[in-house]
Amino acid sequence: MSDTSIKKVLLDPIATNNPIALQILGICSALAVTTSLKLSIVMTIAVCLVTAFSSMSVSMIRNHIPSSIRIIVQMTIIASLVIVVDQLLRAFAYDLSKQLSVFVGLIITNCIVMGRAEAFAMKNGPGMSFVDGIGNGLGYGAMLIAVAFVREFLGSGSLFGVEILTTVNNGGWYQPNGLLLLPPSAFFIIGLIIWGLRAWKTEQKEPVDFKMKAHVTREAF
Amino acid sequence: MSSNKESTQKTIIVALLLCLVCSIVVAASVVLLRPIQEKNKALNLKVNILAAAGILKEGSSADEVEKTFERITAKLVDLNTGEYVSAEMLGLKEAIDYDQKKASKDPKLSKVLTGDQDIAGIKRREQYAKVYLLEENDVVETIIVPVHGYGLWSTLYGFVALENDANTVAGFGFYQHAETPGLGGEVDNPKWKAQWPGKKIYDLSAGEEPVIKLVKGGVNLTRPDAVYGVDGLSGATLTGRGVTNLLHFWMGDNGFQKYLSRMREGA
Repeated sequence: MSDTSIKKVLLDPIATNNPIALQILGICSALAVTTSLKLSIVMTIAVCLVTAFSSMSVSMIRNHIPSSIRIIVQMTIIASLVIVVDQLLRAFAYDLSKQLSVFVGLIITNCIVMGRAEAFAMKNGPGMSFVDGIGNGLGYGAMLIAVAFVREFLGSGSLFGVEILTTVNNGGWYQPNGLLLLPPSAFFIIGLIIWGLRAWKTEQKEPVDFKMKAHVTREAF
Repeated sequence: MSSNKESTQKTIIVALLLCLVCSIVVAASVVLLRPIQEKNKALNLKVNILAAAGILKEGSSADEVEKTFERITAKLVDLNTGEYVSAEMLGLKEAIDYDQKKASKDPKLSKVLTGDQDIAGIKRREQYAKVYLLEENDVVETIIVPVHGYGLWSTLYGFVALENDANTVAGFGFYQHAETPGLGGEVDNPKWKAQWPGKKIYDLSAGEEPVIKLVKGGVNLTRPDAVYGVDGLSGATLTGRGVTNLLHFWMGDNGFQKYLSRMREGA
């Protein structure tokens, strides 16, 4: 990260260096909360806040953190912030916090937060780290929202809980796709998005680890 | 203090300071926000009780909910005898203060259920339950009883509201569950819930066992037993089975059966 213009730090993680699509981090929560757009947006805001403030705090004390306990220090800061966010949600967005319940607590284990603290905040100033945190939160959120859009639209026939395609259950014509409401479907959608992203930005393609050898012996019939 | 940040001394100081700061932040947020959270929780419960009773207006404000809730009285029932018990007997000031969820985990206030009793998958059942009565000029209009039981992934908590014949359903809804959204989670669908009012729990000509159930594939309305059936949810067979089971448990011998039959005789 030699280039440190604010715009680049903020916007790079959205497409060029997306934490989910390129670094393949934070997949588990991306599977869990993307059944509806509303949940995804709240989760995005929560992750943005936690990543930004934890990166900022880590960066502020980065010159004092002994390297032997740096991971624990980062973890403690992140965990404290997650608890604060969880408490805030419970106080001011009770219904949503009931649905998000355990996933907010699991932001602690979201690799993106720790990844940014370790990779960026330990080497950059607090202001820049804050922006980096927001940027990565947004990158995570962009992916979440894209997945949630497909899942909620085709899985429940609605967007933001507002019915768009009238489902059979409510006397309409649309037979919702139940698979899209279950976590595995997010794998397919994320996979397709990664495929699309790498077709568009070819520099994201990774070199092949090994080449399949051509088949020489004819087996079975 | 040594200037070397890797020294043991420095490491310990950093760790201690960090813990101190973090614990203050966490403790402060928990303590400061607790009153608001408790209020939310209490309000949520009241909203659900009123919704089950069918007297909640759409989009009511918190004050309106509190006002409507004044019409409701909480009472404690001994599930073994079906009789009311006073709150003082349990060392409480008012019946509304009784925490039934907590009691269901307290060995002194609950009993272990044997395998064939425990159709709802709840393991223990508390001895005392909190019921809510909607009274109109001292005559009971609606009886609202709490129910819970295991669905597919989670325990579902809800309220059943019965009319004053202690048999006809006035409303039914869950306030806490974690079933699959769109499948089992459709227990929250207002269209599904709208089927419940008017259904009957017991077929009193045949006995006192609850007969209401979810019917896979939909209720055939031309059949005489249609009044004891509610459409199952497509794609949610196991959640539906859980709902049927928890209703059978709580309306059955280990649940509110004695209390409700008392209400029928008394009313």
